[in-house]
Amino acid sequence: MAEPLLRIRGLTTRFRTDRGHVTAVDGVSFDVDAGETVAIVGESGSGKSVTAMSIMRLIPSPPGRIEKGEILFDGQDLLKLTDAQMRAVRGNRIAMIFQEPMSSLNPALTVGYQIAEPVNLHRRTPWKQALERAVDLIGRVRMPDALSRRDAYPHQFSGGMRQRAMIAMAMACEPQLIIADEPTTALDVTVQAQILDLLKELATKANSALVLITHDLGVVARYADRVVVMYAGRVVETAPAMALYKNPKHPYTQGLMASVPRLDSDTTQRLIPIDGQPPDLAALPTGCAFAPRCRLAHDRCRAERPELTVVQGPEPRHQKACFADV
Amino acid sequence: MSDALAPLPAITDEVLRVENLSVHFPVGPSWPFGKPRATVKAVDGVSFSLKRGETLGLVGESGCGKSTTGLAALRMLQPTGGRIVFEGQDITGFDKARMRPLRRGMQMVYQDPYGSLNPRMRVRDLVGEPLAVHKLVSSQAEYDERVAGLLATVGLLPSMADRYPHEFSGGQRQRIGIARALALEPSLIICDEPVSALDVSIQAQVVNVLVDLQQRLGLSYLFIAHDLAVVRHISHRIAVMYLGRIVEIASRDDLYARPLHPYTQALMSAVPVADPEVERARPRIPVRGEVPSALRPPSGCRFHPRCPMATDVCKTVDPVLTSTGGGRAVACHLVHPPVTSAVAPSPMQHSSNESRVARTA
Repeated sequence: MAEPLLRIRGLTTRFRTDRGHVTAVDGVSFDVDAGETVAIVGESGSGKSVTAMSIMRLIPSPPGRIEKGEILFDGQDLLKLTDAQMRAVRGNRIAMIFQEPMSSLNPALTVGYQIAEPVNLHRRTPWKQALERAVDLIGRVRMPDALSRRDAYPHQFSGGMRQRAMIAMAMACEPQLIIADEPTTALDVTVQAQILDLLKELATKANSALVLITHDLGVVARYADRVVVMYAGRVVETAPAMALYKNPKHPYTQGLMASVPRLDSDTTQRLIPIDGQPPDLAALPTGCAFAPRCRLAHDRCRAERPELTVVQGPEPRHQKACFADV
Repeated sequence: MSDALAPLPAITDEVLRVENLSVHFPVGPSWPFGKPRATVKAVDGVSFSLKRGETLGLVGESGCGKSTTGLAALRMLQPTGGRIVFEGQDITGFDKARMRPLRRGMQMVYQDPYGSLNPRMRVRDLVGEPLAVHKLVSSQAEYDERVAGLLATVGLLPSMADRYPHEFSGGQRQRIGIARALALEPSLIICDEPVSALDVSIQAQVVNVLVDLQQRLGLSYLFIAHDLAVVRHISHRIAVMYLGRIVEIASRDDLYARPLHPYTQALMSAVPVADPEVERARPRIPVRGEVPSALRPPSGCRFHPRCPMATDVCKTVDPVLTSTGGGRAVACHLVHPPVTSAVAPSPMQHSSNESRVARTA
């Protein structure tokens, strides 16, 4: 098998808080192949965004620190790069799209300038051509009237338009990897569909791998090739999308799927909630973090932390971190 | 407003009826002595009714007027026009003093469980305050007992009464908000996006609490949300709003099995289903662009600039919400009512009773 484009091993990121150290990402490992779409699913506090920020090496320090692990991108450990080397990767070979486009665009610069900047910076394209490239990119994210959009400022755009501008910026240097952190959570549902369809289409065309961070199991079902499910900073299950939805093996994944109503679910049935409350990262239990809410938890789960192991079955890339046989 | 409105029914099992409701906001010079430059018609001719024990879902994208409709129905916003009938009484013109006793019967659960609970109040007083305000308890012991009972009703422990809101998670806070709303034994609760701020694993807990309470207490809910799957799970009937208007209203099963308005269809096709096999085979109805500004709503049908099926008539003529039979009504020129009615009503026709709606001159 070819080397994956991104290979994360044992990534651990901690933050110092006034309640003590919090391990937001705790020994996370997963791969992303070239051109593949991998979804990271989890609820707030599961560590999915911190994982993304760790890959980009954008963890604010202090209070945060990447303590351990390897992030091998195209064979190179990003954690060993100097700041200058990392800057040459960011926005060039790995691009990121954030949830809130307004706070990630510079309000004082035109949209065209912000799209052209990485082209000028990383490709050393002269400004004139970089701005022409920006117009081309604005057209490719299907904003009408690209030339006048180039000279507009972010506040003149609607939420969906801003996210299109972010996608244009991310695609500017044809990155090998795009990380999209809840890119449509702030948008209305009809606009969400437009933006995600566009992102997936452009990533496929450019053969860019896509890491899609979301809490929406429907979005995952539509766009992801593989899925990484996170809970309390750890990966609890990972599998190809089809296998995960057909045969979820971790009680948390199963619980999530049963608790979320679907447009085609049986409305005569009650929703089956996951009992209890979301985990408090500053006071995690010793064993499995999900044990206090798990209907299958036994003594071992409370004492010992389960590692990711391959699930017996037809799917070699299906792994779960659970002692229970489900 | 001196609309020719139907006479009030006598004693009915109708808890709330909203007729031709409009809420317009002047937008304009920040200086106090100018004339407003423009008007945002946040709600523009909305009608619906809500029976005892029923849930009406109100869905739509941001800015469609669903929250404004909810606030106006409780008279927490002054309507510009139309009529609000609560428990058989026309409350549209009631002043504060006359509204106060009625407020016991109508309560609200808010979206943000962080912003809607006073951080300096203990749970005991957050839940019990309405009882004190309306002087419904005579002793501290009775007060404590009622609070404990309310907490138990929403699945919280009586021992939690001495804690402050910050000690609770989002889901628990939302339960506190529900307990507070229940304190006065209302017949109507307006739920404004009650689960959208919660983590997905917690949403089901709160939805189940609401469903159980409805069954036990016969509550009526106006359930405002943008999540079509949650709305489907909790509502008996659903109204879809777009730019201040109801574009389609139908029973839950009718609406989801066969959405008639192109906007409803687009909305449903845009919501991905959490099953890759189903989802990837589903056809997508593309809609262009985004919701336009309510300051300058499009001419004719307000959805026409985004509608994949718009024709010339849609650009000029505003469609009226018209019954298609079976308690269902749609505002669209393209929808042909079923042939069961002897005379197929044209989309422009103004039909009777519950579909008699959505017309502002």
